[in-house]
Amino acid sequence: MEVHRMKPRWSLLLIGTLLSILLVAPTAALAQATGEVEIFSWWAGDEGPALEAIIREFEARHPGVRINNATVTGGAGVNAKAVLKTRMLGGDPPGTFQVHAGQELIGTWVIARRMEDLTFLFEEQGWFDVFPAGLIDLISTEEGVWSVPVNIHRSNVMWYIPENLERWGVSVPKTWEEFLEIAPVLKAQGVIPLSLGENWTATHLWESVALAVLGPEKWQQLWTGELPFTAPEAVAVWDLFGRILEYTNADAASLSWQQATDMIVTGEAAFNIMGDWAAGYMATTLGLEPGKDYGWAPSPGTEGIFMMLSDSFGLPVGAPNRDGVLEWLRWIGSREAQDIFNPLKGSISPRLDSDLSKYGPYAQSAARDWQTNVIVGSLAHGVVANEQFMNDFATVMEIFLATRNSQAAANAAQAIAIQSGIGR
Amino acid sequence: MKSRQDRLIAIAMITPSLILLAVFVYGFIGQTLYVSMSDWGRQAALALDPDISFIGLDNFRELFTGLLDVRFRQDLVNMLAFSVLFVAGCLLMGLVLATLLEQGIRGEGFFRTVFLFPMSLSFIVTGTIWRWMLQPRGGVNVLPTLVGLPRIEFAWLTSRDQVWQWNWQDVPQILGILAAVTCLVLAARWWLTGGRTKAVVAGVLAAAALVWTFTVAVRIEVLPFPEYHGFNLALIGIVVAAVWQMSGYTMALFLAGLRGIPDELREAARVDGCSWWQMYRYVELPLLKPIIWSAVIILGHIALKAFDLVFVMAGPDNAATSVPAISMYLTTFRGNQFGKGAAIAVVLLVLVSLLIIPYLVSTFRSRGEA
Repeated sequence: MEVHRMKPRWSLLLIGTLLSILLVAPTAALAQATGEVEIFSWWAGDEGPALEAIIREFEARHPGVRINNATVTGGAGVNAKAVLKTRMLGGDPPGTFQVHAGQELIGTWVIARRMEDLTFLFEEQGWFDVFPAGLIDLISTEEGVWSVPVNIHRSNVMWYIPENLERWGVSVPKTWEEFLEIAPVLKAQGVIPLSLGENWTATHLWESVALAVLGPEKWQQLWTGELPFTAPEAVAVWDLFGRILEYTNADAASLSWQQATDMIVTGEAAFNIMGDWAAGYMATTLGLEPGKDYGWAPSPGTEGIFMMLSDSFGLPVGAPNRDGVLEWLRWIGSREAQDIFNPLKGSISPRLDSDLSKYGPYAQSAARDWQTNVIVGSLAHGVVANEQFMNDFATVMEIFLATRNSQAAANAAQAIAIQSGIGR
Repeated sequence: MKSRQDRLIAIAMITPSLILLAVFVYGFIGQTLYVSMSDWGRQAALALDPDISFIGLDNFRELFTGLLDVRFRQDLVNMLAFSVLFVAGCLLMGLVLATLLEQGIRGEGFFRTVFLFPMSLSFIVTGTIWRWMLQPRGGVNVLPTLVGLPRIEFAWLTSRDQVWQWNWQDVPQILGILAAVTCLVLAARWWLTGGRTKAVVAGVLAAAALVWTFTVAVRIEVLPFPEYHGFNLALIGIVVAAVWQMSGYTMALFLAGLRGIPDELREAARVDGCSWWQMYRYVELPLLKPIIWSAVIILGHIALKAFDLVFVMAGPDNAATSVPAISMYLTTFRGNQFGKGAAIAVVLLVLVSLLIIPYLVSTFRSRGEA
């Protein structure tokens, strides 16, 4: 409105100044963001240092901005998500918040029109060229791109101790049929073939099994509604899953994923399927040497497929200090920030141009797969289904664990898919 | 005689708390009731202006008869089993401890503190400790190996075994028979105490309940297929931890009760030649009755609202030990189904009220009489 009232030469001067700022000193212009930026996450404890490292670096580059690191502890954000919901409903959104990239964000917040479209940021920063297209698809809808992914974890990894396998006389199974052949051999030696933990780790195992049975295309069709859960091949997933469960530990429900990983380290169990944070746990916490003390392979039947999950940050509508938040988002999407953050977090950078020399042996192998494999999204970690489906799927899993009835589980899964609007 | 001014001051004093209560307790109960009868939780549940419509009792119907809410129904069964075992366990342990301490042993103060101490911990702490102790591959299960015995194989908290199974389809009949039995008991009591008219009314009601059960209830189809619920053995671990935490409290209640019994009564009983057991059974226990009632009410509503202990000990998604409060939390704050979550909350509120209201009524009535 003001511009219209200005004399023409004044506006020319203004445009000239703006242009010169944009062209000559882009960094100077960007550094002008000031004030406080609140970053809401559940990265405390083991994951805290990685976040703190990029916050320190950001603050050093933007002296005017103060970061308020608001973490709410609790694994996988159980508590943080509840706090976030009350804050958003109460009209008090944080500057930006951590959320699993994909439907966990889209099905909850984007559909509720609570997020800003970040397409402009992706264009401005050239991110459409550096992030793989498969990943961009998972964090986009037809209306836009909704979050900036900061890390990538792989879900379909099978972990083992090479020395133990040698002693037991088995090799790493390439398919689930192979696994079911060697499992009795292990069982006969008093070894649990596959270690398992609490409910969500069962879902984690289920998605690896489903990916092996269905393949990447049909797996995606499950989430677009093109393949119903009651289709014969989807029921077959539960059948195979049930056969695999026969070779897992009976006390799974009380074990955390770390305790399930411990079982392979201590030689109680032969294999474990877990995301690649298990690599960080074994290398950093347990002090094992990657490749020598522990080994890994894609979970049976998923060679060449990378089932991903990712933490990301978005921009809530009405966020205080929008400029400061955008500045933060630009920073965490940069190659530099991601190569500081990910080696500490034990994940890899989603960027295709990431500097692999900064990562450990496991991460390097994962990063190579990331750049060459088919990318699909994880169910257990919020990529392919919304929160309502995920919450109800935990119950479906409990029903199956108690009854081992494939058809009933498939019917229930289809019913909750309809209720939660999968593929709509 | 109170002056007008006194009365005004009194009203002014209680008004703020009345307003706060009206808004933050009864107002929100009302809002929860409204939400429980809405479909808040469809697609864009968290929108600034979510699309909410009134659907009456559909959420409740779904909880009790829907295909997918089998977990909620098992939760109810778990909650009932947990409440009964927890209250009974606490009463028994508390009574035994109080009776033992009552004998006048040396260092009574020390033992009293020891037994009461667990109550000062929060359920979160208790849960964490007991979670460690009840790990199936460690904790109490390996204790026998210390003295060379084989280890215990019981899967505390993780067992999926059920006992005493019954069919959810039979719920109407079960409720009908329960109502009939209650009426019959009441009828018998009133008949014996001389309330003949009341007794006849109760008897007629009992007969009506029985007739209803065997004509109408048997034909109600709650579910299109049989659905079995029972007592999950995994709950035993939770009950043990909860009893450990709260039995010291019941002990303190009983101890106070026992101390409150006038010595004259005991002396009179002794003069009449009472044995120790007779004294306990016919003098002390009957006098403890009001305390038993208070303990049942207090422990009962703690049991109905159980959340933290179970959440910490067995995790949120362990259906074998789940209770409605956990389902309510997950449905609402993880699944974004606010309508259904509120419906579970209302069911919980009704259950707690069923326990508390008769107690409050009887307390007020007896105070009015006195």
